[in-house]
Amino acid sequence: MLPPSVHAQLAAILPGEALLTAPEATRPYECDGLTLFRELPAAVALPDTEAQVVAILRACHAARVPVVARGAGTGLSGGAMPHKDGVVLSLAKFRRILAIDPLARTAVVQPGVRNLAISEAAAAHNLYYAPDPSSQIACTIAGNVAENAGGVHCLKYGLTVHNVRRVRGVTIEGEVVEFGNEALDAPGYDLLALINGSEGLLAVITEITVKLTPKPQFAQVALAAFATIEAAGEAVGKVIAEGIIPGGLELMDQAATRAVEQFVHANYPLDAAAILLVESDGTPEEVSAEMADIKRVLTDSGATEIRVSKDEAQRLLFWSGRKAAFPAAGRISPDYYCIDGTIPRKALSGVLHKIAEWSAEYGLRVANVFHAGDGNLHPLILYDANVPGEADKTIAFGDRILDLCIEVGGTVTGEHGVGVEKLRGACNQFAPAELERFLGIKRAFDPHALLNPGKAVPTLARCAEFGRMHVHGGELKHAELPRY
Amino acid sequence: MTAGDPILERWQERVRAAHAARTPLAIRGGGTKAFYGEPVAGEPFDTREYAGIVDYEPTELVVTVRAGTLLADVERALASEGQMLAFEPPHFAPGATVGGTVAAGLSGPRRPYAGAVRDHMLGVRIVDGRGEALAFGGRVMKNVAGFDVTRLMTGALGTLGIVAEASIKCLPVPRVEATRAFEVSADEGIRRVNEWGGKPLPLSASCFAGGRLLVRLSGAAAAVESAIAKLGGEAVAEGAAFWASVRDHAHPFFASARDGAPVWRLSVRSTAPYADLGGETLIEWGGALRWLVAPRADAAKLRAWAWANGGHATLFSAQERAASALHPLPGPLAGLHARLRAEFDPRGILNPGRMGAVA
Ligand SMILES: Cc1cc2nc3c(=O)[nH]c(=O)nc-3n(C[C@H](O)[C@H](O)[C@H](O)COP(=O)(O)OP(=O)(O)OC[C@H]3O[C@@H](n4cnc5c(N)ncnc54)[C@H](O)[C@@H]3O)c2cc1C
Repeated sequence: MLPPSVHAQLAAILPGEALLTAPEATRPYECDGLTLFRELPAAVALPDTEAQVVAILRACHAARVPVVARGAGTGLSGGAMPHKDGVVLSLAKFRRILAIDPLARTAVVQPGVRNLAISEAAAAHNLYYAPDPSSQIACTIAGNVAENAGGVHCLKYGLTVHNVRRVRGVTIEGEVVEFGNEALDAPGYDLLALINGSEGLLAVITEITVKLTPKPQFAQVALAAFATIEAAGEAVGKVIAEGIIPGGLELMDQAATRAVEQFVHANYPLDAAAILLVESDGTPEEVSAEMADIKRVLTDSGATEIRVSKDEAQRLLFWSGRKAAFPAAGRISPDYYCIDGTIPRKALSGVLHKIAEWSAEYGLRVANVFHAGDGNLHPLILYDANVPGEADKTIAFGDRILDLCIEVGGTVTGEHGVGVEKLRGACNQFAPAELERFLGIKRAFDPHALLNPGKAVPTLARCAEFGRMHVHGGELKHAELPRY
Repeated sequence: MTAGDPILERWQERVRAAHAARTPLAIRGGGTKAFYGEPVAGEPFDTREYAGIVDYEPTELVVTVRAGTLLADVERALASEGQMLAFEPPHFAPGATVGGTVAAGLSGPRRPYAGAVRDHMLGVRIVDGRGEALAFGGRVMKNVAGFDVTRLMTGALGTLGIVAEASIKCLPVPRVEATRAFEVSADEGIRRVNEWGGKPLPLSASCFAGGRLLVRLSGAAAAVESAIAKLGGEAVAEGAAFWASVRDHAHPFFASARDGAPVWRLSVRSTAPYADLGGETLIEWGGALRWLVAPRADAAKLRAWAWANGGHATLFSAQERAASALHPLPGPLAGLHARLRAEFDPRGILNPGRMGAVA
């Protein structure tokens, strides 16, 4: 419940239909794309002007009411999960593309604009917005900035942070701030980089200037089949070693290809243990030279079959299976849990092997479909939340994979963020003094910790709780390290 | 952080002692960028003893280097594997170190097409103003765990921590590079590079000065050839030497700067029209970077022009400072800077004043 005075203030700022408090109205906001974690908020606010956002934040700040910004709610780490005493601040009504400058190759957009809508609007100028998360038809650009989202083409074209020039936001105190500008750098500290991936903890984003990229003249994708997933993993390293940076380099294992084939009919070779999709883009001359190199490396790496897309329709067909992989997992299993660790490429086959071993041990199926070029894993653990104990087993399995990612020199999250889901992983990945600096950054922006509290950066006390949980499970890791 | 490295432990002890005694430290590597930012008074803290490539695996596209390592040594190691630092960092003089490169955050001619220093940073180890050794980011391509302290350190001129080690993304050296020249006016040059930037052309650098626009094309042989056929222009021999001279300000345009004339760096919207700002202009970065050598430039006027064109103006180098080096920050941003600085260096002992009013 909101304090009545805050409710009254919000009701004065917003029209009636833009302030929701009844449980049946706030229910759709109880979780994001990670349905394992749910909470009903005290209220949902749906402003449509920056002035309203400022006023809402001022009111909440004065009364110390937590605020959770929300885009499309497609996040996969519980980042937009509500706070039970807080306000969900939805930016869904901010859907306008404010300006496109084709000569400077930039677009100024409101936070709730969908990722794909930017590329659609820029298409008339033969430009597009390069980062392409698989959720791009639904997710918002502010959600992308808040998570520093990646996509299939990030190996070559960068993550969100590489493609955003300027972010305008409002601090919890209601102050409007601009990070970055229209130039290629800004004076002072790189606060623009800090806002990217800040998971709604530092400021509420109200406007974004993104960089647009010329559409490649031509693209082709090679689909290569492998007899073992390890061989596919090794081929990935060999492509890079050859000096090739493909437009996209994705891996799907047999569980994934079989799952998608049932309803997109991408015509993948289903007897292969794994397939790679390797895209080349550029001028037709560049692509034909690069594709010849790619084919040679894949053959030398033991590919049992290589198909190169003959035309645009076939290229899209090859990709259709990859793009449909998550929904497909949702069809073949009542629930799935997507893990997001990143590892050095050299560790790929070893880690994939371990995941397969543990899959058998836990009796939970896994489909692997991921951004192999940047070592960003997405094992999808298939489970049934209605079977008692299976959700817990799934989380334990996921935690084990993330621990392994840290052990081999990687990270617990490549693109989905820490949210509420990977707080435990963050405790493992960072030393207390490092977490303390993160909390310091949080303090510099939001001294009372009102913006998305309890997410992204665990407090040391929270880590201590996890530590105790660990001892319970009898699997205390790194016993030599001090516990807090 | 790898505990137990004797040099780093000494660094930590020294910073702890400086913290306790409130002794300002003036951090330096090769001193090749000492002119950049405001002057610092403090005990010299030389990073060069902590040198060496810690790890370099070409197939991972990552090099991990200690701060005191010579930039030239890293570039040589990468070149022997057919790779490079794609942000083409300026050296300005022999002796530039990796730590200074990261702390200054300056990028060279390839920047608009390949990204800046910060875009290639994957992880850092630092010693902060309390003498704590901390690690952020890592050695993998994608990592969103925790706030992006790695990029926050990049370009912070040492005021948030002493950069001890950096993990940096490397990229393959383009198979072929070619430079073409065009006789054009400044406005025409700005228009053309922006138009070309919106086409799928393998551009990798541009430089307009003295009525000539030079552009560099990089990539597969066939792509570079077809771009030349489209763009025309005349071939420029010694392209590599030319771009190195632009990168390091050895180009004749900067000659009077070497005698102490002030150099202004105007970072603006790439399409900003050419303006007579009281001196010669050299235009890089597809129009987004304008260098001005102007003995009697009016700082306030330049800053107003850059701000109106979406960017900022830095007094990059000068014998005598008639203005602050860095563009002043608007109010709320200045407050955030001060609070961040206080979190990482509560007693303000690391390079105090190097970023002027900011830190
Ligand atoms: C099927 C599927 C596929 C996916 N594929 C990918 C992928 O390929 N790559 C990838 O990176 N991610 C992927 N995701 C995850 C998700 O789509 C991204 O994290 C996306 O960026 C979230 O955007 P959103 O608008 O849904 O944000 P939300 O889920 O609403 O919010 C995400 C975070 O952003 C914060 N936030 C939202 N708006 C603002 C604002 N205006 N100001 C401040 N903070 C704000 C929230 O507080 C929250 O912490 C996928 C998700 C699904 C369901």
